[in-house]
Amino acid sequence: MSRIKVELKKTDVDVIKDICRSFDNEPGELINVLHSTQHAFGYLPAEVQEVVAKELNVPIAKVYGVVTFYSFFSMIPKGKHPISVCTGTACYVRGAENVLAEFKKTLKVDVGETTPDGKFSISCLRCVGACGLAPVVMVGDKTYGRVSPEMVKDILKEYEE
Amino acid sequence: MEMVKLTIDNKHIEVPKGTTIHKAAKQVGIEVPTLCYMDLGDLKIEHKPGGCRVCVVEVEGRRNLAPSCSTEVTEGMVVKTHSIRVLNARRTVMELLLSDHPKECLTCAKSGNCDLQNMAIKMGIREIHNQDISEMSTYRMDFSPAIIRDMNKCIMCRRCETMCNDFQTVGALSAINRGFMSVVAPAFEMDLEDSVCTYCGQCVAVCPTGALTEVDHTRRLIRDLSNPSKTLVVQTAPAVRAALGEMFDLPAGTLVTGKMVSALRTLGFKYIFDTDFSADLTIMEEGTEMLDRLTRHLNGDKSVRLPILTSCCPGWVNFFESQFIDMLEIPSTARSPQQMFGSIAKTYFADKIKVKREDLIVVSIMPCLAKKYECTRDEFKVGGNPDVDYSVSTRELAHLIKQANIDFHSLPDEEFDLPLGASSGAGVIFGTTGGVIEAAVRTAYELFTNKKLERLDFKELRGMEGIREATIDFNGLPVKIGIAHGLGNARKLLEDIRSGKSSYHAIEIMACPGGCIGGGGQPLHHGKFDILKKRMAAIYREDASKPIRKSHENPYIIKLYEEFLGKPLSERSHKLLHTHYVDKSKKIIYI
Repeated sequence: MSRIKVELKKTDVDVIKDICRSFDNEPGELINVLHSTQHAFGYLPAEVQEVVAKELNVPIAKVYGVVTFYSFFSMIPKGKHPISVCTGTACYVRGAENVLAEFKKTLKVDVGETTPDGKFSISCLRCVGACGLAPVVMVGDKTYGRVSPEMVKDILKEYEE
Repeated sequence: MEMVKLTIDNKHIEVPKGTTIHKAAKQVGIEVPTLCYMDLGDLKIEHKPGGCRVCVVEVEGRRNLAPSCSTEVTEGMVVKTHSIRVLNARRTVMELLLSDHPKECLTCAKSGNCDLQNMAIKMGIREIHNQDISEMSTYRMDFSPAIIRDMNKCIMCRRCETMCNDFQTVGALSAINRGFMSVVAPAFEMDLEDSVCTYCGQCVAVCPTGALTEVDHTRRLIRDLSNPSKTLVVQTAPAVRAALGEMFDLPAGTLVTGKMVSALRTLGFKYIFDTDFSADLTIMEEGTEMLDRLTRHLNGDKSVRLPILTSCCPGWVNFFESQFIDMLEIPSTARSPQQMFGSIAKTYFADKIKVKREDLIVVSIMPCLAKKYECTRDEFKVGGNPDVDYSVSTRELAHLIKQANIDFHSLPDEEFDLPLGASSGAGVIFGTTGGVIEAAVRTAYELFTNKKLERLDFKELRGMEGIREATIDFNGLPVKIGIAHGLGNARKLLEDIRSGKSSYHAIEIMACPGGCIGGGGQPLHHGKFDILKKRMAAIYREDASKPIRKSHENPYIIKLYEEFLGKPLSERSHKLLHTHYVDKSKKIIYI
C-alpha cells in the first residue's frame, strides 16, 4: 500500500485529543473515534492513528487492524472529486463491474486510491437507493444513472479545469 | 452455583451455568477437535474466538451448527459431536482451511508438530475438493533476528494475538484487512523488527501451524562443529534440562542434565559449560547492586530509586526499552547470564586456553527466542565479534541430536566441564519464575547480615500466580519482594511504580509464563499447562540435589573474582558484566 507521510501540527493533535476526550478516551469507542477523526481530516494517515492509539491506550496494531477492516476508513486522502461506483446487487447485475473497470483503466488507479494529481479517487459503495437508474455512479454529490463504460470519458471531462 | 443438565452424545451431565459445550464435553471424556481454541488454565487466558469452526456440533432444535468452544450450555440441551452432519461440516471446514494452505509440509519447520497437520491426519483428509479452482492468498515473508513470519501458513486462529495483546500486553500483532486478504501483522504492516515486538516468542509457542517460527541456526552450528580451526564452547540455560527430554518422549518434568551434557559432547563441542555458572555470577553482581542501592536508600540517599528490577530476561528488557522509557534506570545494569557467560568465555577463559577471541565460538542453548536477538546487540560485541556467537533453542538442539543419530535414551550421564560448568543450586532455579529473586535472597541475606542463612527454600517466593509478593526478614529489616511472570503482569507492577504506589525493594520479572520453563524456544506444550508445573518441580529438584546452593559459595565463582574480576561491581566487572539500556520507543512511531 502506498503511504503518505504527514506531519501533524499541534492543533491537529489537539483536534484528535478532543475527539478522543468526547468519547471519554474509552477504548471500546475506537470505531466511533475513528469515524469522527476521519470526518475531521478526510482520511486516517498513520500519524493520526498513532495519536488515537495513545489517547485510547490501545495498541497501534489494533487501530490499524480496525482501519484496514472497514472499507469506510481510508489511509489515503480522497481526491478533489471522489468517484463512487455503486456495486450493490442491482448495479452489479447491470454491469457496474465494467464501469468500475473503465474508471480504473482511464485513471490508472485502483479502488481506494487517488490519482497522483489528487483530482480523482475511486471507491465502491453499496446502494444509493436509486436502483431504477442502475448502474449508478456518484462524483462528489452529483449522481449519474444508467452509466455505461463508454460514458466514463465524458463524465471525467466535466471535471477538467 | 446454578447447574444445567444436558446430554452430549447420549451421556448425561450436569455442569455450572455458563460452561461452554466444549468444556462440558471434556468432562465426559469427549475431546471436540479445534484449531483456534486455547485454554491456558492458571494463566487465566481462555481464547475462544469461534473462528476456525472445526469444533462445530449439532444441537437439537437449533437450525445451524454451533461452535462448541464459544456456545454456552442451556437446560435440557441435546448435543451431538459426531453426527453425519457434523462430520461432513467439519471435513468441509478442514478442506477449506487446507485449500488455502501451502502444501509444503515436508519442508515446513513445524512438520510433525503442527496442529493443522495433526488435524488433517486425525480426520483422514485424503483429498481437497476443488483444489484446482481454489485460490491461494499470498503474503510476504518477514524475517527478524528471532522470529520468522510466514503468513501464507496462517489460518487466522488469532492465538498469537491473544498472547501478544491480552497476556503480554505488548500489542505488536493484530488481525488486519478483511476476508481472504486478512492476516495477523504489526501496525502498518511494518516488519516485526521495527515494531514493539519483544521477541518473547509466546506467539510462536501457541501458533498451530508454521506461520510463526524461530530463526533456525542448526545448519550454521553443524558447519562450525566441523571446522577444525574453531574451538566450540557451549552453555546451556537452566530451563533446558527440565524440558529437553520431552522432545524424546520422556515424561514432562524429567531432568536430563547428564544426558544433555553427554549429547553435546558427542556432537563435538570442545567445552560443555553451563549458563548456571554465569547465573551465579549474575547473583554476585546483581545481588551486590541490590544491596548497594538498598543500603544507600536506607541511609537517606534520595538519588537512589527503588525497587531494583532484575534484568536477566531479554524479552523483558525489550519490553521496558520500548514501553517504559521513563524508568530505564530502575532495572539492574547486570547483563543476562547468557551475555555474562559469553563475555567471560571470550576473555578469562579464552586467555586460559590460549585461543584467540575470533577462533572461539560461543553457542548458547536457550529456552528462549529473545536470546537470539539479545546476542546480536551491539553492546555485546567487541570489535564486531559477538560475545555469544548465536543462540539455539531447546527444540533446535533436540532436532540436531536426532539428526546426529544419537540415541538420547542410552546416553550416559556426564558432568559439565570446569571451570565454567560449575554451578550452585541458586543458578539452576533461574529457570523458573521466582528463582532469580530466591537465588539473590540466598546471597544478599548472608552478605547483608553476615549471618548464615537458616533455611534455603523460600517457598513464599515460589508458585504459579502471575503476581506474587513476600517479605523476607533481613535480620530485622523487612525486605519487600515482588515477582511477576508474563509481561501483562509486569506491566501492572511497573504502572504501580510509575504512580508511586509500589513499596517493593526488589522485583523479579520474567516475560514468559512460568519463567524460562515456559519460554518461546521450549518444546511446545500445546496449551497443556500441567507440563509447565512439572518442569518447575524438576528445576527445584535439581536445586535440592546440589551440594552447593548459594551462588557466593560456588568455588569457581570465588576463583574468577580472585584471578580476574577483583570484586563485584569492580571496574572490570562493569566493563564485562554490566550494560546500559536504550530508548527504543521511537520505533513505535511510523515514519
